[in-house]
Amino acid sequence: MARQPDGPPPPPTVQKLRLRYAKRGPLRFASHRDLARALERALRRARVPMAFSAGFSPHPKVSYVGAAPTGAASEAEYLEIGLAQRCDPEQVRAALDASLPPGIDVLECVEAAEGTGSLADRIDAAAWRVELPGVSLAELAPAVEALLAADVVVVEKRTKNGLRDVDARAAVVAASAAEEAGCAILHMVVRQVTPAVRPDDVLAALVAVADLRPPSPTRAVREAQGRLDDSGAVADPLGPDRVAGARCQGEPAAV
Amino acid sequence: MNGETLYPRLEPLLAQVQKPIQYVGGELNAQVKPWEDVAVHWALMYPDAYEVGLPNQGLMILYEVLNERPDALAERTYAVWPDLAALMREHGVGQFTVDSHRAVADFDLLGVSFATELGYTNLLEALDLAGVPLHAVDRDETHPVVVAGGHAAFNPEPVADFVDCAVLGDGEQVVGDVTDVVAAWKQQGRPGGRVELLARLARVDGVYVPRFYSVSYGPDGAIAAVTRTRDDVPARVGKRTVMDLDEWPYPKTPLVPLAESVHERMSVEIFRGCTRGCRFCQAGMITRPVRERTITGIGSMVDQGLRATGYEEVGLLSLSSADHSEIGQVAKELADRYEGTNTGLSLPSTRVDAFNVTLANELSRNGRRSGLTFAPEGGSERIRRVINKTVSKDDLVRTVTTAYANGWTQVKLYFMCGLPTETDEDVLEIAELAVEVIRAGREASGRKDIRCTVSIGGFVPKPHTPFQWAGQASAETIDSRLRLLRQAINADRRIGRSIGLRYHDGKPGVVEGLLSRGDRRVGRVIEQVWREGGRFDGWSEHFSFERWTAAAAAELTPLGVDLDWYTTRERGQDEVLPWDHLDSGLDKEWLWDDWQEALSEEEVADCRWTPCYDCGVCPTNGTEIQIGPTGRSLLPLTVVGR
Repeated sequence: MARQPDGPPPPPTVQKLRLRYAKRGPLRFASHRDLARALERALRRARVPMAFSAGFSPHPKVSYVGAAPTGAASEAEYLEIGLAQRCDPEQVRAALDASLPPGIDVLECVEAAEGTGSLADRIDAAAWRVELPGVSLAELAPAVEALLAADVVVVEKRTKNGLRDVDARAAVVAASAAEEAGCAILHMVVRQVTPAVRPDDVLAALVAVADLRPPSPTRAVREAQGRLDDSGAVADPLGPDRVAGARCQGEPAAV
Repeated sequence: MNGETLYPRLEPLLAQVQKPIQYVGGELNAQVKPWEDVAVHWALMYPDAYEVGLPNQGLMILYEVLNERPDALAERTYAVWPDLAALMREHGVGQFTVDSHRAVADFDLLGVSFATELGYTNLLEALDLAGVPLHAVDRDETHPVVVAGGHAAFNPEPVADFVDCAVLGDGEQVVGDVTDVVAAWKQQGRPGGRVELLARLARVDGVYVPRFYSVSYGPDGAIAAVTRTRDDVPARVGKRTVMDLDEWPYPKTPLVPLAESVHERMSVEIFRGCTRGCRFCQAGMITRPVRERTITGIGSMVDQGLRATGYEEVGLLSLSSADHSEIGQVAKELADRYEGTNTGLSLPSTRVDAFNVTLANELSRNGRRSGLTFAPEGGSERIRRVINKTVSKDDLVRTVTTAYANGWTQVKLYFMCGLPTETDEDVLEIAELAVEVIRAGREASGRKDIRCTVSIGGFVPKPHTPFQWAGQASAETIDSRLRLLRQAINADRRIGRSIGLRYHDGKPGVVEGLLSRGDRRVGRVIEQVWREGGRFDGWSEHFSFERWTAAAAAELTPLGVDLDWYTTRERGQDEVLPWDHLDSGLDKEWLWDDWQEALSEEEVADCRWTPCYDCGVCPTNGTEIQIGPTGRSLLPLTVVGR
């Protein structure tokens, strides 16, 4: 019989909050694990009354949805937290944001509405913007066309289980080329599949179809995540909570 | 010299390396000050990987102390891994600080904290990447003054060619004195150039400038004499000692990295110094006397630190934390204060006695009970008398059994191998002890799943200890004793499967031994190893014993000495030791007498509770033991999550 902690079990979750945050600037080099550590410490510093799991090493109730790869910036990362006391979502957002280093910025916080489904179910695609320094629009545009014209573009990617062949084309819902200040920009919407197709894999596909090899490292930003709607756009995953929240206001406690 | 950021040139490289987060800075509580606003710019380096260097208390303390000064700024730099170093060389990006990504070469001073000698090759790599000449004599007034600190700085002779100064002892006050000297010299228009600046620094208490001392050698290879080359520098350099730790509550706002580090917790130093008198322990010898932080001082540092960091665990740090005069009360009152907050408290346990188990129980009452660590250090009662870490076998077994009976399932026991006078039998007693601990533990706890991990490393004799004269055991001796120990532990599988054995082979210890007790001639070996690609010598995947032995043979043979001469050779009483002109306060005669007493297996008591035995430290440095109890207690506080 394992030893059990003395005392009562931890208080239950009374409120779930869903947050959107960004990783920007140098902090794009943070990995998912780095971010998780930083967020959990910030929740403590911000004195957010977290609900905890039971047992000898209680963990705060935090769940993450689809983290952007190390090296990629993002304007649309999501997480859900469980609280032991009801709080005003905006106060939690502000307090958490103030406790995080600049570059991890908490942008939105809404109360999870009952019966509207899980956050993970509302995300199946991401919109990306990739800067390709040293590449011109004239080089990128035909490469994107060639990619879209192909049925299958197999690229090799490194996974936990070694190198794997993946069809990068199949995950690309939309792609277009643009230019800003002489730098080519790739805009695309990529479906979340397993194994994941990441911006690097799409860039590898551009090498395969058009031999487009950027002379210096590219910079990717995830601009949005959500469910693909019929028009091919990415819907706001916090939308259903916001709609429900507008109908019924809870009694917020101060943080 | 403008402190401009290298980040735009560094950023594209970061996309191509492992764990780039370690190079971007932006840690919680990091500080960035405008370059032009201050007179004196310090780059502080921990010469190992970021994950090891970031939690270093010494560096964190100096970083805060210096940044609090309106006329100074301090930024941090760490050893970069070979993948990034190669890209930096290819693209002409110099060694940089993580705070503002400024070039290390732009700073006035580069302070390097050596907790271990195995960081020396990383210093050379950083200097080279920074574009700073490797040899101090080749630098001019545009280059940073390279200052070594940390415990290894008590014998900086192996790196004497590469550093401009070494600072002995506590750094809190001396960094301020050094800053004053540099500020005045710059303000006066840098009179006399670099040599004048170094001469002024050499007159600061605790600062040693190797270039003002010349070393001559006798026909037997030993040092004939160390003589100063200027009258205005001290013949012997003494160490600095901070009195009243409550006045130095640093770090107040500990750095919290985004990247993973080796210590995922906050540390509060509860006292400095140790007078237990363990003869192998350099830290315990060079940090005397004992100076306690008061219970209220500890309480406010824990509170402030937790608020500033969001850490879930606080380690109460010192060389032997259970020896704090009010530790029982500290543990109880902190555990009371943080009850129900998911805040863990831990004590790096070193002493083996039942009181330690009681303390650990108290500290863990808010969290889980998994592992407890004891450090008997020596396998037999005889060898424990030699090293002056006296605990009887019965007490040891009783203490560990108590731990199992109190719900601790894992006990780790630390030992050393290759201690002076050690025989195979001394080491084999570790196996007997572990077997007995498991047997008694199973009985006392009524459970079969308890474990005991024996962690054992090779002993390296260190300067300023009674064992500074000892012959170090060869790598072959260490490896053969470890082999015997493994066989003995595995002899009875029914017990042996509950015992883990963790050990390091003897080779890295030989190199550490060379660097610990080396003299200036060893500098050539370090340089040669670095030229052959030696970096990160503390990491087994980067360490190459062959590279060190080849370099030692090539560089030392022409000088009539060799690796064995520095390591396995026992020194005589009259030999001039390379660090004799550096004064830790310990009287050399006392050290010799203690060495002789070790050989005759005589113990010495702790001077905190018994009369002074004249080790020399207090009178030499004008310091004294500072211990409680103060009789005070912690004030009630409103705590996070209550």
